[in-house]
Amino acid sequence: MSIWQLNNPHKDPKVIDSCSLFGMMDLSGRRFNSKDPVRAIANMHERGNGLGGGFAVYGLYPEFEDDYALHIMYLDMDTKKTVETQLEKWFDIIKSEEVPSREANVSDPPIVWRYFGQPKRGQRPQSPDDYVVERIMRINTETGRAYVFSSGKNMAVFKGVGYPEDIADFFMLEEYQGYLWTCHGRFPTNTPGWWGGAHPFNILDLTVVHNGEISSYDANRRYLEMLGYNCTMQTDTEVLAYAFDLLMRKQHLPVEVVANILAPRLWSEIEKMNEEQRALHTALRQTYGSLLMNGPFSIVVAESGMMIGLTDRIKLRPLVAGTKGNTLYLSSEEAAIRVVSPNLDRCWTPRGGEPVIGRIGKAKTEGILLQEATVC
Amino acid sequence: MLKSYLYPEYYVERDQNKCIRCKVCLRQCTYETHRYDPEDDVMLSDHEKCVNCQRCVVFCPTRALTIRKNPVAYRENQNWTQEAIFDLKKQAETGGIVLTGMGSGKPNLTYFDRLLLNASQVTNPSIDPLREPMELVTFLGAKPNAIEVDQGPNGTSLKTDLSPQLRLEVPIMFSAMSYGAISFNVHEGLARSASEFGTFFNTGEGGLDRRLYKYGKNTIVQVASGRFGVHKEYLDVAAAVEIKIGQGAKPGIGGHLPGEKVTADISQTRMIPAGTDALSPAPQHDIYSIEDLAQLIYALKEATDYRKPVSVKIAAVHNVAAIASGIVRAGADIVAIDGVRGATGAAPKVIRDNVGIPIELAIASVDQRLRKEGIRNRAAIVAAGGIRSSADVVKIIALGADAVYIATAALVAMGCTVCQKCHTGKCPWGIATMDPYIAKRINPDIATERLVNLLRGWSLEMKEMMGGMGINAIESLRGNRLALRGVSLTDAELKILGVRLAGD
Repeated sequence: MSIWQLNNPHKDPKVIDSCSLFGMMDLSGRRFNSKDPVRAIANMHERGNGLGGGFAVYGLYPEFEDDYALHIMYLDMDTKKTVETQLEKWFDIIKSEEVPSREANVSDPPIVWRYFGQPKRGQRPQSPDDYVVERIMRINTETGRAYVFSSGKNMAVFKGVGYPEDIADFFMLEEYQGYLWTCHGRFPTNTPGWWGGAHPFNILDLTVVHNGEISSYDANRRYLEMLGYNCTMQTDTEVLAYAFDLLMRKQHLPVEVVANILAPRLWSEIEKMNEEQRALHTALRQTYGSLLMNGPFSIVVAESGMMIGLTDRIKLRPLVAGTKGNTLYLSSEEAAIRVVSPNLDRCWTPRGGEPVIGRIGKAKTEGILLQEATVC
Repeated sequence: MLKSYLYPEYYVERDQNKCIRCKVCLRQCTYETHRYDPEDDVMLSDHEKCVNCQRCVVFCPTRALTIRKNPVAYRENQNWTQEAIFDLKKQAETGGIVLTGMGSGKPNLTYFDRLLLNASQVTNPSIDPLREPMELVTFLGAKPNAIEVDQGPNGTSLKTDLSPQLRLEVPIMFSAMSYGAISFNVHEGLARSASEFGTFFNTGEGGLDRRLYKYGKNTIVQVASGRFGVHKEYLDVAAAVEIKIGQGAKPGIGGHLPGEKVTADISQTRMIPAGTDALSPAPQHDIYSIEDLAQLIYALKEATDYRKPVSVKIAAVHNVAAIASGIVRAGADIVAIDGVRGATGAAPKVIRDNVGIPIELAIASVDQRLRKEGIRNRAAIVAAGGIRSSADVVKIIALGADAVYIATAALVAMGCTVCQKCHTGKCPWGIATMDPYIAKRINPDIATERLVNLLRGWSLEMKEMMGGMGINAIESLRGNRLALRGVSLTDAELKILGVRLAGD
């Protein structure tokens, strides 16, 4: 049985889950340990059901800053051997090791290894990123027994079946430091199959944690598949990740514009804009209507040096933002922020469809959104 | 003339106790079914003339009339039905082609009734359209794969120029019906209601009367094989231009407006002498290949300064997916596809009932094909042919269409009862006629009001269905086949529709 079926044992057309999100970022780039993020996500224990938890950590491997860090789950040692032979062929691997773990309250962990390296020179005239994505897609679809769940540089995803605090325990996250942590506790409605189905979802440096159900899923999926993405996991989160990859990495659109594609302004709002803005927003909806993420969602998306919080345009899922000094917090619940930072400088509820963006080196979160946000 | 062996299909039942001999029925029936016998002071009916249009029934002030199917019938036979025997007899008596009007009513040609819609329960909330915004705005035209923006000090602005688009407040337009096939008042009703509601009406191939130029912003003008009424002003006044290759009711064959319908007004708009037959050839004589089509598309774009989307309308036939792909690659901004159930003012019955494929299958396979080729966003897809309700609109959009064309539904809203006698030119409801006395029966004000009501009713229903599914913009429905499940469909049918069986 391939891993895709493991993740979706009843072959549901779409895997539905509901969840808790937490994101914490130091905007000056200072690295910090797992204590606060784990405590905060554990505070929202009730929002998950123990069938999935995970973390994305940025600034994790400064010693391998420029190398792709491939993290792979294997179902058996034979697959590991086969995949490693392929990896040797495609990459110059600098270092490979088992991802450290300990006994914890989690079920049925796979074999998890990580590899640091670069694509072999002179392989193809395509960009290294595209090369890596293509190889990952091949590993993930061909063997059916191995899954590359993290592939960025100087970052990693740690995830599995269990409550997030137990996953943190299993992967010994207290050993790591990062300037940006996103966390996820999952409440899937179907049977949990396996570790790869947990959040965050990752492609290169991009990670997505997601709470909600995208009702436009099939429209979004079919559009992305037309443009060459292979949506194998049947989850709306995967679709979100690919949409960000398409719009940000491939089409170089600024993140504010991406937010206005996934959660566009209403026509009634667009009609009130000045001519230039109206032209922009109209063109966005005309061109990218099939990427409108319709239905309830809140997401925390991260990339190297950037964290974005976004909800659907009528805000059917919660998202709270807060700042304290150089730290930006995003969370499903305010209580989870307050538990790690009781005296926030600011705490607000972003409006539906309005992104909260934290960029490294910018001590303030981005402009317009903060101004309109409600201070609680 | 041979003695006719046909018996009356319908039977006019008159309650003589209720009849007040007001002669409304006599005046309303254009087929002269009713007559008055002054000697006995009684109204009589010639049953064999009745087409069951229900005009007299609706207008009888005392409700004295009922039209029944004639209880006389041939011996029951699933194979040799009354319809089959009637057609044979008609042909034996005339030696001609059996003509008919409207769309095919053959069973098993519709898939809409075997497709069911989804709704939200628990995991995502349904949205109440009375409390929350619910957006039906649709744009028809070619969309780029990506846009570019400029980030200046005053914010982000658009760098990419999009090709021209039609903005529809609802994804429902009025399909091509030519002036000549339908009366001026009907055209006016369509034009005015499209303009009032923010959608489009299509002139059909008979040109556009100058009195309707003021609704040009909501008009799609057709360029068909007869090239009737095509001139610079006609193209200039329109919002978009449609090249008509074919029509669902009669794929592969042309049209024929008999000379008696070419009145002075029709002669003006069609630019042909009054009283002459208006013949639309089967093919466009300058389009014998896809490259010829590309030339006409660009000729029209040149003529309109690249300011108007160009649509190409075809009948849904067996190779529709490949043909649609070629049309997109030939430069069309919109591809309109008309299914086998599409209607007509006049067509050989044998063609109407036997040529073409259902619109549901056609749209599903065209949408999938264009996506496979990565060109789905290079043109909008408009579905036509047998769309009866807002549910049909929602279903065909979920299968992959951007918008629909309706014609029969609009005519029914104005009074049509689908009696299938459009080709006689005597439409008692004043729709498919050029007889000024009958055509007056359509009052453009009332027709407009009825059409606007129809569009409003459908859009309210669509919003309810979308809200139930938990989506608040029509673009999230487009091609969203998980919104559909099938019943009573084979695996092969489900595969083409791209839909799972209910319960799966």
